[in-house]
Amino acid sequence: MANVALRKVVKKYDRTEAVRGIDLDIADKEFIVLVGPSGCGKSTTLRMIAGLEEVTDGEILIGGDLVNDVPPKDRDIAMVFQNYALYPHMTVYENMSFGLRLKKFPKAEIKSRVDHAAGILGITELLERRPRQLSGGQRQRVAMGRAIVRNPRVFLFDEPLSNLDAKLRVQMRTEIKKVHQTVKTTTVYVTHDQIEAMTLADRVVVMNAGTIEQLGTPHDLYHTPRTKFVAGFIGSPAMNFVNCKLVEAAGGGLSTRLGNGLTFKVPPDRTQRYKSHVGRELLFGLRPEHITEPRGDLRPDCQEFDVTLDVVEPMGMETMVYFMVEDTEVCGRVNPASAGAPGQPMRLVAELGNMHLIDPQTEAVI
Amino acid sequence: MTAAAIGADAPRRVVGGSIRRSRRWALITSYFFLILFAIFFLVPPYYQLATATKTSEQISNQDTNPWLPAMSAGQEGLNPGGANAGKANLAKIKKDSWLPAAVQGFMANISQLMNDTDFPIYFRNTAIVTVCVVIITMVIAVPAAFSLGRMKFWGSGVLATGVFLTYLVPDSLLFIPLFKVVGGLGLLDSYWGLVLVYPTLTVPFCTWIMIGYFQSIPKELDEAALIDGANHIQMLFRIFIPVALPGLIAATIFAFTVSWAAFVYPMAFIYSSDQLVLTAGTITSLVKADVYQWGMIMTAALLAAAPPLVIYAFLMDYYIAGLTAGATKG
Ligand SMILES: Nc1ncnc2c1ncn2[C@@H]1O[C@H](COP(=O)(O)OP(=O)(O)O)[C@@H](O)[C@H]1O
Ligand SMILES: [Mg+2]
Repeated sequence: MANVALRKVVKKYDRTEAVRGIDLDIADKEFIVLVGPSGCGKSTTLRMIAGLEEVTDGEILIGGDLVNDVPPKDRDIAMVFQNYALYPHMTVYENMSFGLRLKKFPKAEIKSRVDHAAGILGITELLERRPRQLSGGQRQRVAMGRAIVRNPRVFLFDEPLSNLDAKLRVQMRTEIKKVHQTVKTTTVYVTHDQIEAMTLADRVVVMNAGTIEQLGTPHDLYHTPRTKFVAGFIGSPAMNFVNCKLVEAAGGGLSTRLGNGLTFKVPPDRTQRYKSHVGRELLFGLRPEHITEPRGDLRPDCQEFDVTLDVVEPMGMETMVYFMVEDTEVCGRVNPASAGAPGQPMRLVAELGNMHLIDPQTEAVI
Repeated sequence: MTAAAIGADAPRRVVGGSIRRSRRWALITSYFFLILFAIFFLVPPYYQLATATKTSEQISNQDTNPWLPAMSAGQEGLNPGGANAGKANLAKIKKDSWLPAAVQGFMANISQLMNDTDFPIYFRNTAIVTVCVVIITMVIAVPAAFSLGRMKFWGSGVLATGVFLTYLVPDSLLFIPLFKVVGGLGLLDSYWGLVLVYPTLTVPFCTWIMIGYFQSIPKELDEAALIDGANHIQMLFRIFIPVALPGLIAATIFAFTVSWAAFVYPMAFIYSSDQLVLTAGTITSLVKADVYQWGMIMTAALLAAAPPLVIYAFLMDYYIAGLTAGATKG
């Protein structure tokens, strides 16, 4: 087990710069998730850690050792691929033991390691089968088993669940988390699915266009995104963004004017933070889960407002309501019992303690 | 004619018909053409077999139907060039008269071929040449395909195309310069010369098949092997060759067929009868001036075709799988 460090790592392909100077410190036993839209350089970063891609510039350290020029087999890492990459002509046992057999481990040691890993993953009965006789979830387990038996310093996962159906994906997600809690190996996990990132990670690295947009715990990213990109990427449904103007309120303090005559008071504890931006056109951000139906007494950081519903989407546990503010569609999450019908007016509550203001020029959260 | 009639008929009937009926018509049409092609391709071997049951005298007899096998036992000794040993055997076979005349005739031809001609030597030489060529081809083509198909290096793409282009040069163009080469090496009139030149035909095509096959293997597989600690040799032997086995078998069959059936090179390079191979040997020894011993020629051709036939029968499934994989990804 080891920590991993990336220092100003750059990867250039012929013309494109896939990774543009990434700094990242991953602690021993930590579960780090790289998340971001397709093509943002997550896989490239992971593959550079694995040694499958050469580093154009910068340094990669595993356990304090510079590994830039160390071939993959000597980095003591294990990788799980999106398409599993099981050896089709070998049984599950042979697949899992291939690396150990190449390293000439004693037979008894190999057997005990494979049996142990198979036990953790619940695939003991499958050891004599071949990959084509396995379901997607079982193949996924074997791929993980192959990584576990090597007992490497670092686990690398590249979108390991994206070939599975939705239900199995949730199940395997839990499984991966359990395995990590059992073996506690430092893990770097790549996904484009922010829910996977949030549920699995100790810390999440949000990547965009080859750079790190923000690094933090799932809680940090959710509550204090630093950029519009992170604010919009983390959370589902995505945060609402509405153009607004920050103005001095009549009775002191600040408020945001959104159009359609909608004005939200800025909570007093934010006044100091926003004061220098008074008079500017900004982006007002609020998550759907912070736009609800009125619930009992109105808290001081909440404000009621009336809208005409556009679309109503019942989800079972809750209902999504959509309405227009100027020409922007805004989503709220309300209790199914209180949701109105499309075209009907409805009173909603904005929890302004969770609002964000974004500078439209820099896209930074103020 | 009938084919065209059915082809034109079928769509009109389908218009008002159910899916089941249109499927039935599709089935009938495909069977029709399959049978047509089967007949088309099986007539020559049948004619060969029918002729192989006859003596030269029976073949030249204008009163018998050339499409039917021998109906009566041929007279012994009528095959010109038959030596005494052959005659003795012939006589022995004739005694087992409970056998049909056609079988007797066929066995007589085989016996004469085996005893009175150098056919067994040709067969042995062909076998030696073919086995060597297949081994040489595989030893060169598999690593070549692996490096061209899987390792990206400067010029690997151009080289892969170049390999295929060399295959397109016909051997009837190559045999004159190759004659010089083989002569310079002192291998003229020796079947080892053939072992040397056949790979010029087999290696490019087999490399090309294997490149296509290797490229169809997902790249994550070698990355996984790389991480598992395999070097390139281990990757080739423990991952790529087993996974690409169908392609390997297809390539083997191809190399086998080419060197078993090659005609131009042995015709040009070999003239001693102890060095000749089946294709050229049969023709040179059984066609003397303008005397064609058709019965024995046909028998020899049938016997020569037997080994490839047996190999095809056993490996057919692999062969087809290998060819199609190469075709789509090559
Ligand atoms: N082998 C390659 N050659 C050229 N460009 C590549 C190569 N691999 C990836 N790229 C480019 O690098 C960028 C990042 O790719 P990748 O790391 O795979 O993204 P993702 O975040 O989806 O995993 C993409 O724009 C991609 O087109
Ligand atoms: Mg990727």
